[in-house]
Amino acid sequence: MFKLEKRPFDSKVMSYCSPLIALVLTLFFGGLLFASLGHNPFEALYTFFIMPLSDAYGLTELGMKVAPLLLCAMGLSICFKAKIWNIGAEGQFIMGGLGGGFMALQFLNAESSWVLLPILLFGALCGLAWAGLAALLKTKFHANEILTTIMLNYIALNALLWGVHGPLKDPNGFNFPESAMFADAAILPLLHQDYRLTIAIFFGLFAMVAIWTLLSRSWLGFQIQVLGEDKAAAHYAGFKENKLVWFALLMCGALAGLAGVSEVVGPIGQLIPYISPGYGYAAIIVVFLGRMHPLGILLASMLMGLTYMGGEMVQIEMSLPKSITGLFQGMLLFFLLASDLLISYRIIKVKKENTNQSATASSAV
Amino acid sequence: MDIDLITNILYATIRTGTPLILVAFGEMICEKSGVLNLGQEGMMLMGAVVGFVAAVVSGSLMIAILMAILAGICMSLLFGFLSITLVSNQVASGLALTIFGGGLSAFIGANYVGIGIEGVPPLVIPVLSDIPIIGKALFQQDILVYFSFLMAGILFFVLTRTRLGLNLRAVGENPEAANSMGIHVHGIRYMAVMFGGAMAGLAGGYLSLAYTPLWSDGMTAGKGWIALALVVFASWKVGRIMLGAYLFGIASIMHLILQGTGFEISPSLLAMLPYVATIFVLVLLSSNQSKAKLNAPMSLGVAYRPQL
Repeated sequence: MFKLEKRPFDSKVMSYCSPLIALVLTLFFGGLLFASLGHNPFEALYTFFIMPLSDAYGLTELGMKVAPLLLCAMGLSICFKAKIWNIGAEGQFIMGGLGGGFMALQFLNAESSWVLLPILLFGALCGLAWAGLAALLKTKFHANEILTTIMLNYIALNALLWGVHGPLKDPNGFNFPESAMFADAAILPLLHQDYRLTIAIFFGLFAMVAIWTLLSRSWLGFQIQVLGEDKAAAHYAGFKENKLVWFALLMCGALAGLAGVSEVVGPIGQLIPYISPGYGYAAIIVVFLGRMHPLGILLASMLMGLTYMGGEMVQIEMSLPKSITGLFQGMLLFFLLASDLLISYRIIKVKKENTNQSATASSAV
Repeated sequence: MDIDLITNILYATIRTGTPLILVAFGEMICEKSGVLNLGQEGMMLMGAVVGFVAAVVSGSLMIAILMAILAGICMSLLFGFLSITLVSNQVASGLALTIFGGGLSAFIGANYVGIGIEGVPPLVIPVLSDIPIIGKALFQQDILVYFSFLMAGILFFVLTRTRLGLNLRAVGENPEAANSMGIHVHGIRYMAVMFGGAMAGLAGGYLSLAYTPLWSDGMTAGKGWIALALVVFASWKVGRIMLGAYLFGIASIMHLILQGTGFEISPSLLAMLPYVATIFVLVLLSSNQSKAKLNAPMSLGVAYRPQL
């Protein structure tokens, strides 16, 4: 018989080990899955996790996936620290892309890269406004932010579909639901001309350092932390909860919006019906997996970015469906939550007869 | 508007509302026991894909429906193990279930996109179905629609007239007290979670086997989340869930209604309507905090660990 016993204090060691346990379990069950599909599990895992990174091209592609994930996840980490369950990074990402794309379409004849400034700003602003809606609904009307942000995600998706099927559709595009291609000047500069990686990765890294400083070194960051850990204490200290909710959501919206517009004026180069392979949702897993710590989040973004590339790789190499990506992401989160149990509990072995004895002893008393 | 159009709108409203009713019933029972399962969307998707694949492989709709239910139950057990036995955060576990279900269903269904099947046929009830206007809406539906009517009756009876219903509510209000009365808290919660899974699986199966007999990635399109809002909207009452689901049904078939009036608007904008309506409903409900709290099960979302 095994029994759970509450630890006197949460185990710090376990909180760092838990993501590793989750990764090992995911690899194990992923291997089982590949084996059950009739593939050699080791070869398949190699194809999924190692092969995508075997050359410089792969590494830059990974950077391309890390940039949006990192931006979204850093934004979400502010919200989650304050226990604001913002599930809306996906919608904020899409609105950023839609807004930025709209702006880029106004500069189709641009010659100078300065147009990027209004494009990026407007994209971030649209993401911010979208998160602002959720903040308004939460602070003014006390509506549950999980449900409102999810609904806003679906609305954003339909707004993008409306845009590319309607007013933003390329008039010379043979009626495809796509906008015109943006001007070259309105595309983010590449880090190297041979690869698709843009300077968006620097936005992500900059956001990481900035949010890190904000959360760990500033008065505002402290207030957010207290609000998340003990609401009553935050009230007692006189912190303005509504102000903090607004701040956390707006910051997250702006970052997710920036991620969205960077994707649209980066690797995509035009508006299309689907601009996100679920980055906003994957970023939620990234935050949990990275223990809400900036460095952890960076590592987790890389792992999560790798699951996208692995999915594509097994599709090419082993003709398995690409959607295996979502499966690996889901497994990671599941196993993480399960092994997080070990942070505040430990498993102890109890012998059957012992429990009987103690039962008789206590009844005797 | 002519009579035919009204008849068709009523018919479509009931059909569109049915999956919402099924999944919301499941979630209501789950929440009554104190467990908040945000994984409805994932369980529905799994029900939809497993049901569809079973229908293609076996050719039997009966087997397909049973498999959809079974898939929902299996998914709910994952959630139950995480949130009840391992006392994980229910919000995070539910989200995990949704993400996992989305990934797994897309993976399973990858080779089944674009295949068509013969959907669940309507079961026309003689005489009654000839009643003008409501006849078609109420008595020319498929068996799953009738099942939702039946379920409403059963749930109402169980919740208000039986010991099982009383125990369920006791566990959701105050698990400590329920435990001291000799009620097996975890047992009841597991049963409630499994019931929720079965209903969500069935609702998913309804979508892929009856409503639009095909499979596409993420075909539930947020219906699981809308159902969650619906349960709050209905303040955990059977009748109000039905009413609310049909209201959302109307919001989702607005294009049909507008077609009749000759008014043209982009389908993407109309598709936003149910989500906007959900936000609107949440705002209406939650503005009055004390009233919203009054109806919710007291221990909703709080894990229970028996003291040994």
